[in-house]
Amino acid sequence: MNLKPETIEKIDKLVPRYPTVRSAALPLCHLVQEDQGYLSQEAMEWIAERLGLQPINIIEIVTFYPMLRTEPTGEYHVRVCRTLPCALAGAYQTCKSFEKEFGCKVGHTSEDGKVTLEFVECHADCGKGPVVMVGEDEYTDIDPEKAAEMATKMKNGEFPKGL
Amino acid sequence: MAPQETRLIFKHIDEEGYTNDIDCYVKNGGYEQLKKAVTMKPEDICAEVLTSGVRGRGGAGFPAGMKWKFLDRKSGKPIYLVCNADESEPGTFKDRQIIHQDPHQLIEGMMCAAFAIQAKLAFIYIRGEFFQGYKILERAIEEAREKNFLGDNILGSGYSCDIIVHRGAGAYICGEETGLIESLEGFRANPRIKPPYFPAALGAYQCPTIVNNVETLCDVKHIIEMGGEGFAKIGTPGNTGTRIWCVSGHVQKPGYYEFACSDVTLGQLIYDVCGGLKPGRKLKAVIPGGSSAKILRADERFTGKLKDGTEFDWGIEDIPMDFDSLMAVGSMSGSGGVIVMDDTTDMVEALANINYFYAHESCGQCTPCREGVPWMRKVTQRMVDGEAREEDADLLKSIADQIAGRTICAFGEAASWPVQSFIAKFKDEFVEKAKEQAARRKEGQEVAKETTLI
Ligand SMILES: Cc1cc2nc3c(=O)[nH]c(=O)nc-3n(C[C@H](O)[C@H](O)[C@H](O)COP(=O)(O)O)c2cc1C
Ligand code: SF4
Repeated sequence: MNLKPETIEKIDKLVPRYPTVRSAALPLCHLVQEDQGYLSQEAMEWIAERLGLQPINIIEIVTFYPMLRTEPTGEYHVRVCRTLPCALAGAYQTCKSFEKEFGCKVGHTSEDGKVTLEFVECHADCGKGPVVMVGEDEYTDIDPEKAAEMATKMKNGEFPKGL
Repeated sequence: MAPQETRLIFKHIDEEGYTNDIDCYVKNGGYEQLKKAVTMKPEDICAEVLTSGVRGRGGAGFPAGMKWKFLDRKSGKPIYLVCNADESEPGTFKDRQIIHQDPHQLIEGMMCAAFAIQAKLAFIYIRGEFFQGYKILERAIEEAREKNFLGDNILGSGYSCDIIVHRGAGAYICGEETGLIESLEGFRANPRIKPPYFPAALGAYQCPTIVNNVETLCDVKHIIEMGGEGFAKIGTPGNTGTRIWCVSGHVQKPGYYEFACSDVTLGQLIYDVCGGLKPGRKLKAVIPGGSSAKILRADERFTGKLKDGTEFDWGIEDIPMDFDSLMAVGSMSGSGGVIVMDDTTDMVEALANINYFYAHESCGQCTPCREGVPWMRKVTQRMVDGEAREEDADLLKSIADQIAGRTICAFGEAASWPVQSFIAKFKDEFVEKAKEQAARRKEGQEVAKETTLI
């Protein structure tokens, strides 16, 4: 495992703060995923080893929590909220606009690896729907036209990746 | 005239020039209540919270003071405080504002609560999607530590307590308090069975634990400031303090609005506060307390008796926004998420959308929930895909009836109530959907309509 020194430092600081070592499992998954972009088999085994757990203890949480990934995303990770308040504000049409621009169905990564387009559930900003996340950045009130503009910029590499 | 907001928790939210750093907070009187709290007897703070009557703002509306009383103090085990910042109930977006714009209010409220229950350690369980909120909280905690508002020997009181911010990772069930605790301990968020696992007795690490919502914990700070009796003067008996209503859906001005309990009716909230509906539209339905709450139909009459015996006869617009009134009309104030739907809304599609959510979020431990909730999703999806059957409404109701009350956690109800209430109130539309499709099929037309909500 080739983790950045600052990731290792964060991990070493975090683990002893918890009453039990196992409590650090989910935070470590986050930290390693942020470092590597996703959680490979090797990464999961490394986390298990670091916490004195079995690999299955990590695999079972990675497969439970939607935000943890076992595969890398495209260069851009676009998440469109589809829950009722966003849907009432037009989120499905927003998503269709992204699909058209990227030439890729929701739930997939475009063939050129540029973008992963996903539906997600409520992001707790329902007054400003449709809500879209690009990487870790949130964008609100995204109608189909704004989505198309965002997509064009992403295709040209001119949009922040939100990492 | 539009009713006046009472901004207690949201006093500084969206205020010009108000920033989320500790200097701004302190300049505005911040941490004065913590200074006062650490000079009080912990049990006196608990008594004030009980007197205040404050009810939990996370969903169930259980009185916080009562919950604190249930803490098992005899066991001698350490006590933990957990702030539930999972904010995962669809339609709810109030805790986000506190975390982003006024994080120190939450930290002060938490430290007051932690001192009152003599917690050894406190956690904020924040949903994973709040990337920025997480960073803001981490920074705010470091600022508070530097000023000795948390950490060792807080303000020279001899009491020590730290806060750990723990991030979730996209699972709604982590909002359920025992699922949250499992997640905190490093497991899948499979809720625990109650009894015996009431957190106040057997919570995090099998130790007594108090789990409270972000807004509830902020209220604690104001209870110390006003005293329990002072706080109880806001609102009405049994419905004390303010509530933050998060309004989304088909209104002109969606957003968050804080009112004293009962100070605003649903009609005032929609028409006066949120600017009403789009031109030419009519109100069709409202889900008043997050997507799990039972839907209210715009043309219903609500009659019955309140807890105190007074009779009521309300139209949807007359319902006072508080815990007991919304309960009396057969729904709940839940997490304060008010989802408004106008007459362009296709109710079958709306339910299909909701069912998709719950099918995605079931933890899978209980058979009725694991099997039944995706089944309900399949039925509503089939209906919008052009294969609706007239008997589907009854089928949906029958599945929901077999889930509610038969599961480990209240997710079973949360997933069933929308289905039960949509069918109870809009059955005609579900039957009509099948009839329309049959007619189109006969005419040789495209059977399924283009959908907008699913
Ligand atoms: C399925 C489900 C999801 C929940 N989600 C949340 C949530 O996101 N935030 C929250 O504060 N409470 C949520 N709750 C309620 C919690 O279980 C718990 O009652 C609450 O955090 C207690 O705090 P309070 O008494 O201050 O409201 C949820 C409950 C259920 C059954
Ligand atoms: S009701 Fe559903 S979410 Fe709750 S424990 Fe059972 S399977 Fe899990």
